[in-house]
Amino acid sequence: MTRRKQIHLAAHFPGVNNTTVWSDPRSGSHIAFSSFRHFAQTAERAKFDFLFLAEGLRLREQNGRIYDLDVMGRPDTFTVLAALAAVTDRIGLAGTINSTFNEPYEVARQFASLDHLSGGRSAWNVVTSWDAFTGENFRRGGFLPQDQRYERARTFLRTAFELFDTWRGDEVVADKEAGVFLGDPDAGAFAHRDAHFDIAGRFNVPRAPQGRPVIFQAGDSEEGREFAASAADAIFSRHGTLAEGRAFYADVKGRLAAYGRGRDELLILPAATFVLGDTEDEARERAREVRLAQVSGQTAIRFLEQVWNRDLSAYDPDGPLPEIDPDPGEHTVARGRASVRMYRDPVATAREWRERAAARNLSIRELIIEVTGRQTFVGTPASVATAIDDLVQADAADGFILVPHLTPGGLDEFADRVVPLLQERGVFRTEYTGPTLRDHLGLPAPAPGRTVRAAS
Amino acid sequence: MSAHLHLGVALDGTGRHPAAWREPDARPAEQFTARYWTDLVREAEAGTLDFVTFEDALGPPERLDAVLVAARVAPATHGIGLIPTVTVTHTEPFHVSKAIATLDYVSEGRAGVRVRVSARPEEARHVGRRTPGDAGELLAEAADYVEVLRRLWDSWEDDAEIRDAATGRFVDRDKLHYIDFSGRWFSVRGPSITPRPPQGQPLVTALAHRADPYRLVGTSADLGFVTPRDAAHARAIVGEICAARDDARREEGVHVLADLLVYLDDDAGAAAARRARLDARAGTPYESDAAAFTGTPAQLADLLLEWRDAGLSGFRLRPAALPHDLRQITRGLVPELRRRGAFRTRYEAATLRGLFGLPRPANRYAA
Repeated sequence: MTRRKQIHLAAHFPGVNNTTVWSDPRSGSHIAFSSFRHFAQTAERAKFDFLFLAEGLRLREQNGRIYDLDVMGRPDTFTVLAALAAVTDRIGLAGTINSTFNEPYEVARQFASLDHLSGGRSAWNVVTSWDAFTGENFRRGGFLPQDQRYERARTFLRTAFELFDTWRGDEVVADKEAGVFLGDPDAGAFAHRDAHFDIAGRFNVPRAPQGRPVIFQAGDSEEGREFAASAADAIFSRHGTLAEGRAFYADVKGRLAAYGRGRDELLILPAATFVLGDTEDEARERAREVRLAQVSGQTAIRFLEQVWNRDLSAYDPDGPLPEIDPDPGEHTVARGRASVRMYRDPVATAREWRERAAARNLSIRELIIEVTGRQTFVGTPASVATAIDDLVQADAADGFILVPHLTPGGLDEFADRVVPLLQERGVFRTEYTGPTLRDHLGLPAPAPGRTVRAAS
Repeated sequence: MSAHLHLGVALDGTGRHPAAWREPDARPAEQFTARYWTDLVREAEAGTLDFVTFEDALGPPERLDAVLVAARVAPATHGIGLIPTVTVTHTEPFHVSKAIATLDYVSEGRAGVRVRVSARPEEARHVGRRTPGDAGELLAEAADYVEVLRRLWDSWEDDAEIRDAATGRFVDRDKLHYIDFSGRWFSVRGPSITPRPPQGQPLVTALAHRADPYRLVGTSADLGFVTPRDAAHARAIVGEICAARDDARREEGVHVLADLLVYLDDDAGAAAARRARLDARAGTPYESDAAAFTGTPAQLADLLLEWRDAGLSGFRLRPAALPHDLRQITRGLVPELRRRGAFRTRYEAATLRGLFGLPRPANRYAA
């Protein structure tokens, strides 16, 4: 009998979106360390693979003012991950770090340091920023044309890998009698030159337990998929349903062979939300309440403005959709928000939404609740466990990144009620088997010198 | 003026002496682990020291990132201040501002930062940026950098988060502020993405050896680390820094602490012999930018109290070898100073600012 495919689970600290509910009396601080500790320790108690922190480097604005309806404010990713290493033992510590407003030398040092300080638990979601809006906060504030974003990310990552690989791991001999600290006096030496970076010298952090951090990639475009296949260890996808998930999974796994990589060397981890109940009806009712809390009337109008690219504050969220068409020009209403790019043809989107709302007599708020619905798993613990397992066994995913809607206790119920069922099914670990995040993910240790590969 | 000295230690590798790693109790191969740093900082905390600093640079020798070391140690300690070094010449003030704010959150109000300029060409090559400017330019840039750090820490008023169910607003955006800094080297719009840290303003510190850096300390820092040769020199330096502060019309006080490299043993002869052994192993006598003291903890206590009377708030001691000289400080010097009524017996405040008697400052942007 073959062993069933093992599920990987990660926990996304609730972010600065309307999906994070702050009006609930159980909603705690999004900035106090106690919230991060609670969240991380819950995920570790449940034997999750890793926890994940997103990043955004400029407060969002809408209609020229700071957006005030959602949770906002977050800590520095590296710093809070390093602190979490002190209050956890095994769970992976993953964060988004932008490659636009940083230097490879500095970021490589930070990840190598985090990996040392956590005993081999670091992971990096590599992103690039494209907007001058965010760049206004940085001395390296120049921004990139969108078509150069992956080129920049790839180059940055390759450069960081070169720095990690300047140490093999056996150089620090620290022989007190002989007076030899480094067995190889040239350890850390590098010289790198390309269109983006022209650097040389000595990398000053010896090889970390994982060699280099686990690499995540979140892009969904053709370029993003290719980048993931060439260089990433895991990909965050949006495709949590069976059909879409299977298509995405097959597509991305199919790209690996061209880079000399096996199918198990890149994990597909869609983001997913969940709402639990003692019965299916109770879960559905709770899910509806969560959606109402996530999409207030004001939030619905603001969301509509992001697609329409117009001030719609005069509209009634409980009334019909605007007759006026979206402004197809450059986005000016909402800034610092990636979601505005999801709707590539806003006029067509508006037409489709109007028809949908008219057919079923939906208000603006009801429509927005429906079209922004991201509730992946709604049901009893047993039905949610079954759904997760089924999707993984059907190769729609290798696991999920769960995004709770409450800080800091949003993961507790899943940890207490769903994880034991997955463990009973024999598809999720009951103990960690190794110390590093690579061990949890079943990824091979990188050999020094194996940097980003070109397609063969 | 408090009768108590302020006392911190400068942690770096296995100690300041280049041969320190070869000492019998040194743990050179462990200096890239969390355990190593936690042990050292807990030892310093057992002596109720005000703070530890962590050295750093964007270049050799081998070191872990100082901010991350401090953050890793923070949850494992409870009373001691944590002051990592940041190289301001090559880093982003926006990133560093939120990193130090976050260190303040994870340590619940014990964060500081030591701003360091780098004129080393090899560090500039590591970031492929530019050849560093002259010393005066680097210091002027550092002053701008500190201004940006401070404005960003204040860019959220303390009560900006309102969670007002009636209006649906999470924050009161009138209490979030663009900092709109524009200078010769960079401009930063703000506000920070991180709310105002627990201390309001974490402590800004700098090491200074000459007139220009003294001015940076006087105009921009809360703590200045200086390297006097003797008490008279210390008095002159304190005077220069206070004059710079007055010229800048700053209301905040500046604490001036003298750096001392220390070789400590229960017996003065043993300390001298150990220093000689270290120098012999290094092949050449180690000369530091700071004055060196070799002797017993009681003799060091005499010296500290004499120099204190020159206007110093206290000292940042640089252990020549770790953990030996740190233990001599916490287990020898500290009890000696306590006997003389010159050092605390427990942490009397929960924050690093509090240990220095500094109030939580008003927000510059608050109406």
